[in-house]
Amino acid sequence: MIDPQVINILASIVFLSAPLMLAIIGETITERVGVINLSLDGTMLLTAMAGFVVALETEKAMGLPADVPDTIPVLAGLVVAGIIGALVALLIAWGSISLKQDQVAIGFVLTLLLAEMANFIGQRYTNQRGPRIAHLPIPLLSEIPIIGPMLFDQDLLVYGTLILVAIVWWFMYRTQPGLQLRGIGERPESAFVRGVPVNRLRYLYTALGGFLVGLAGAAFSLDMKLGWSDNHIGGIGWIALAIVIFGGWHPVRGAFGALLYGITKAIANVLQQTYAGVPTVVFNAVQWLLMLGVLLLVGSEFTRKLIPLMPRPLQGPVARFLRIAPPQALGRTFGQES
Amino acid sequence: MTGQTASRRPLLETIWPVVPLIMALVLITIILMLVSQHSPLAVYGALWEGAFKDAGSTFNTLAFWIPLLLCATGLLVTFTAGLWNIGVEGQMIMGAIGASWVALKIAAPNPELSPLIIIPLEIIVAMAAGALWAGLAAVLKTRGGVHEIFGGVALNSLAIIATNYLISSPWQPPSGGSFHGTEEFTDNALMPVIGDTHFSLLAFALALIALGTVVMMLRGTHWGLELKALGKNPRAAFLLGVSSERQAVYAMMFCGALAGLAGAIRVVSWFGRMPQSVSGGIGFLAILIVLLAASRPLWTFIIAFVFSALLQGGAQVHLITQLHSSLSGIIQGMLVLFALLFGDFHRLFKPKTTEAPETGS
Repeated sequence: MIDPQVINILASIVFLSAPLMLAIIGETITERVGVINLSLDGTMLLTAMAGFVVALETEKAMGLPADVPDTIPVLAGLVVAGIIGALVALLIAWGSISLKQDQVAIGFVLTLLLAEMANFIGQRYTNQRGPRIAHLPIPLLSEIPIIGPMLFDQDLLVYGTLILVAIVWWFMYRTQPGLQLRGIGERPESAFVRGVPVNRLRYLYTALGGFLVGLAGAAFSLDMKLGWSDNHIGGIGWIALAIVIFGGWHPVRGAFGALLYGITKAIANVLQQTYAGVPTVVFNAVQWLLMLGVLLLVGSEFTRKLIPLMPRPLQGPVARFLRIAPPQALGRTFGQES
Repeated sequence: MTGQTASRRPLLETIWPVVPLIMALVLITIILMLVSQHSPLAVYGALWEGAFKDAGSTFNTLAFWIPLLLCATGLLVTFTAGLWNIGVEGQMIMGAIGASWVALKIAAPNPELSPLIIIPLEIIVAMAAGALWAGLAAVLKTRGGVHEIFGGVALNSLAIIATNYLISSPWQPPSGGSFHGTEEFTDNALMPVIGDTHFSLLAFALALIALGTVVMMLRGTHWGLELKALGKNPRAAFLLGVSSERQAVYAMMFCGALAGLAGAIRVVSWFGRMPQSVSGGIGFLAILIVLLAASRPLWTFIIAFVFSALLQGGAQVHLITQLHSSLSGIIQGMLVLFALLFGDFHRLFKPKTTEAPETGS
């Protein structure tokens, strides 16, 4: 039998990775059509704040008791957060597609601006208790050893995220519109010639990706890291952007990247408890070192040179794992007149 | 249509860059009317008062200007080379750590050492530390395939963590107080400042020298030309024999050295010790400045001053109106966002005519 504590940790890894997974799926969709939404860190801060504030105010307006799971306030918070995320993404799409300005610059400015706005507007809501998403174990399935607590003893947001990973994979790789989606990001000219409305679909998928990023922000404040404080989840957006690259712009690989992040966090937590003498700030460094590590893994020529030194059966899979390329038209605008 | 507007267009084109800024200010004013009980005029008044109320606050605005100017000057070089040096924040922090090391480990135990030795040493160590941190981001990019944006973000966070570690463990003052900073530096480690303000003429002179050097370097030297080629068209530059890897590393390290100097100036003239938050977003702000100035040195110089006034005034706004001090950040971000979106007159109104000469040649 496995130590119940280990199972607890495994379940918490899935739980804590879910919002990051949502953001990664969203950004993967956006970048797959060729648009970079660099504003993730700011967008998620703003939507975490907005989702929490909307849920809290709805709860108050409905006269419900504080700090208990409520459906309607939480739903309102999530929807508003998603819409804000989509609007931010549309702003970037508009700036780059229609106004033909530098999308990296716009995204970067938004990163800073939205974070400041989140702190500014959320000032009156710091460190308050509010509604949260209800825990909802699935009967029978949650009784399965190991897998049960990990996958079926969570809440609706986690289930939704896991299902979404599968749906997005299916949509991208098994359907005609999914093929179009990928085509727009690889060769927009060819897609356009075949009658695909490139820029309109870029708007659509950028907004959709932004919606998921917005949900991810609210998922933190309503579920994984309850409430709001200054820079509540600062940094997580950058991690998400890095994992999109590590995931090779593939939704399932991106989701595994999110899990890897969760595992590293869990290991760091365990180490922190074991080595109490080491200052806690040192453990904060782990996620950034990991971020650099995974980007180096898929980015550097050095790791590719190591492949021939590996045992033969491993060489194929490792080479395939490392052979990732960004969508060819990533960050490139497409003008129909040219 | 063209005939009708031909006479008006030049004027509109000349004043156009101001239009997005006015749009941003109007929007901010509307937001202020919605969220604050104080009138927007009162808020702007508080900003002005915070920045220029008396000689002391004016000098402190000037003192804020110096590190902003140094970081922005460094960024002129990296942006010219087409690099997004987001790590400038971390490079500044490493510079502050370097200077603090000199102040705590060399100046404090040896009070007989003159500031004439200590201050140059602090500056050199800080610049080296900043340059190394920037070089790390550059090598991660050129050798590791890690885009400088991600390398920069990670190295920024690691630099902040390094500060927290230093002030909570090895450099913790004997009196305790884990997260407030190191001990006060000894007098021989401090830059001379005017009165009881934070403004140091020496630091200001260094910033001006740096800006002047960079302007001349970009305009008149071979290196400047190579960087421009790299920024405009990396492939063409490569074919012309410009080693893009080496130039990228040099440009980043140059910027890192200036950011390191900015960090040193923060600790040896502003704080007089190493606090938890050395930078307070100055590096990021410098990026906004250069974006708003579209990499033009004169505008960088002016906008850096306006932004330092906003930053200095922001604290006063908080005191008077209880609004979050992030207000100045919002104003700055809005200005830059609107300028980025709408500042380019040609792309907004003449999308096709500008393409024509390129296809013709």
